[in-house]
Amino acid sequence: MSNETTKDLIKSGAIWGFIVLELIFFSVAGAYLSLSDNAFMDLDNMLLLLKQSAPIGIIAVGMTIIMINGNIDLSVGATYALAAIVLLDSMTWPIFAGLGNWVIPVAWILALLTGVVLGAINGIIVWKTGVDAFIVTLASMLGYRGLVFMMNGEQPTSHLNWTLVDFAEAQFLGLHTATWFLLAVTIILWFVMTRTVHGRNAHAIGDNREAAVNAGIRVGPHIVINFMIIGFLAALSAVVFYSESGSVNPNDGMLYELWAITAVVLGGTKLAGGYGSIIGTFGGVIAIQLLRKGLGHIGADTETVNLVIGLILIAVLFLDRQLNLKGEEELRV
Amino acid sequence: MTDTPQKTSSGGLNKAHVAQFMARQGILVAFILFIIVFTMANPRFLAVDNILGVIRSSTIIGVMALGVTFVVISGNLDLSVGSMMSFSTIVVLDLHDKLGPLLAIPAMFGMTMCLGAFIGFLVGYLRLNSLIVTLGMLSAIHGLTLTYSGGKNMDIADKEGTWFDVFGQGVVFGLPVPILIFGLLALVLGLLLARTPFGRQVYAVGGNGTAATFSGIRRARVVFLCYLMSSFCVAFAGMLQASRSMGSQNTVGQGLELEVLAAVILGGASLMGGSGAIYKTVIGVLILGFIQNGLLLVGLEFYVQFVVTWVIIILAVWLDVAAKRGKLWSPIA
Repeated sequence: MSNETTKDLIKSGAIWGFIVLELIFFSVAGAYLSLSDNAFMDLDNMLLLLKQSAPIGIIAVGMTIIMINGNIDLSVGATYALAAIVLLDSMTWPIFAGLGNWVIPVAWILALLTGVVLGAINGIIVWKTGVDAFIVTLASMLGYRGLVFMMNGEQPTSHLNWTLVDFAEAQFLGLHTATWFLLAVTIILWFVMTRTVHGRNAHAIGDNREAAVNAGIRVGPHIVINFMIIGFLAALSAVVFYSESGSVNPNDGMLYELWAITAVVLGGTKLAGGYGSIIGTFGGVIAIQLLRKGLGHIGADTETVNLVIGLILIAVLFLDRQLNLKGEEELRV
Repeated sequence: MTDTPQKTSSGGLNKAHVAQFMARQGILVAFILFIIVFTMANPRFLAVDNILGVIRSSTIIGVMALGVTFVVISGNLDLSVGSMMSFSTIVVLDLHDKLGPLLAIPAMFGMTMCLGAFIGFLVGYLRLNSLIVTLGMLSAIHGLTLTYSGGKNMDIADKEGTWFDVFGQGVVFGLPVPILIFGLLALVLGLLLARTPFGRQVYAVGGNGTAATFSGIRRARVVFLCYLMSSFCVAFAGMLQASRSMGSQNTVGQGLELEVLAAVILGGASLMGGSGAIYKTVIGVLILGFIQNGLLLVGLEFYVQFVVTWVIIILAVWLDVAAKRGKLWSPIA
């Protein structure tokens, strides 16, 4: 029993320890290697870091629910891109021409709906056909990307709405709009996962699907709802980011699924499902963003980040396995 | 009393038969219909030069699919083949100018197979989740390629004074060399999989890993060799790609992992492992190639393929799963 508690403590504390290590490393290394005079642990720098974590962070928090369910969603990057195009494109549609600035909420709702619908398609296919979620979403990662190209062509879509940019760049109590969205999503989903029936069902289904079915949980609709949530969050992430940038390229959002999954796994969520923590994922997101920023700070090429992230994902996978060993699986050789 | 169970079982069998037939022949029937429709739309579709052209342009996907077949039959996944192919293409082009083709090719094979061995070690000996490991390696190898090339495109300086273009562009006995290489490789690997003890071990490990271990098969070693085989085929594909274009971008293989997987699934390999064959994969490759070619010939943009491939993958896997459980729809509530 005490052994289990120790393991749980290590698992939930590890990510914050990792963040502290990163902060120390980049501060010290930055003092010798950095080209700029600014310290790494600068308040403005840290606020910016939170803001830049938001796009991946919002998706990663949603991915946590999916993975606690024992599923995975590889199509979030394409959903993100499609929602972004709907957001920017719909603001220029002639039917909304008379709306003035009221076009903004309309475009937001359309973009978010896009995400929900794409998520629902994934969820319903997973439910009705019984095909594994990773195959379904692997395929729709390709299919949704095709839809992005069909809607957009191969050129970037741009549309800047200054009211929207002002909103996205605003700071409230020192934090940027995007940061507020990330915090709100984290807190709401933490509440859902720890304090509601839906959250308890999610853990139950991830832990033992058969048992959940026998206990009377409607597994199919539950899975569809979770896929709709992550579709919504991928779209929300696009809405928050592209309100400010105002230009979307059809290849945007590629490999976002990888970053999100890395954050979730870093945060201690079990790959097999049944166990995971939203707060841990939040820590994972911060850790990844620190790494990206820190590597830039000490003058590493941006390309190196891909290499480091990939290797960290594998290392964490190894640790996850060591911590979650079960006696019965151990058929050595 | 005795009649009732017999009736239900025969009814179930009937349904299972239908599902089984659909799973075995559904794709083939659909493909024949597809060919008829597209030939009526454009008679050039079945011209000899078009057929040769399709096979030739499918060879790179095809060669990679041969290796991935081993991995899939052993019950694992390989999503890293696309970015690994970018790596081998860039490496062989770079070394060609530094060492000459005679040394560059074995050096590139060695480096690519080191990557394959690394993945094989992680999945085989450390027993990590192959989906996440190869997703992480997709990113890591992408970073490695960019670091290696410094982000620049690679070109062979003296395109006239080298025999390196023979693999991608040469013609022997009226047949393009890439088709000959693909055919030869398919023959050798097909015999290896169907006629040798190693091949039987691959099926055993994918069909029931625990049973295979108990019957004395060294599971870790078999999985390791499957990934080594996959990287060997990727190295071949990289060589064909480099030799065909004599210059390349860093991202030449991006996204190909999905097409490769689609071809393997179309050929009827189950993603749960234990079934599939090299000749079936070759058929899958050709089906995919002809579908893409047909869509282009009727004047659709290349990205429509993405959407079509999405639908095809889901249908193919769905049929496979439906045949296994004998019911079209998933029984999950």
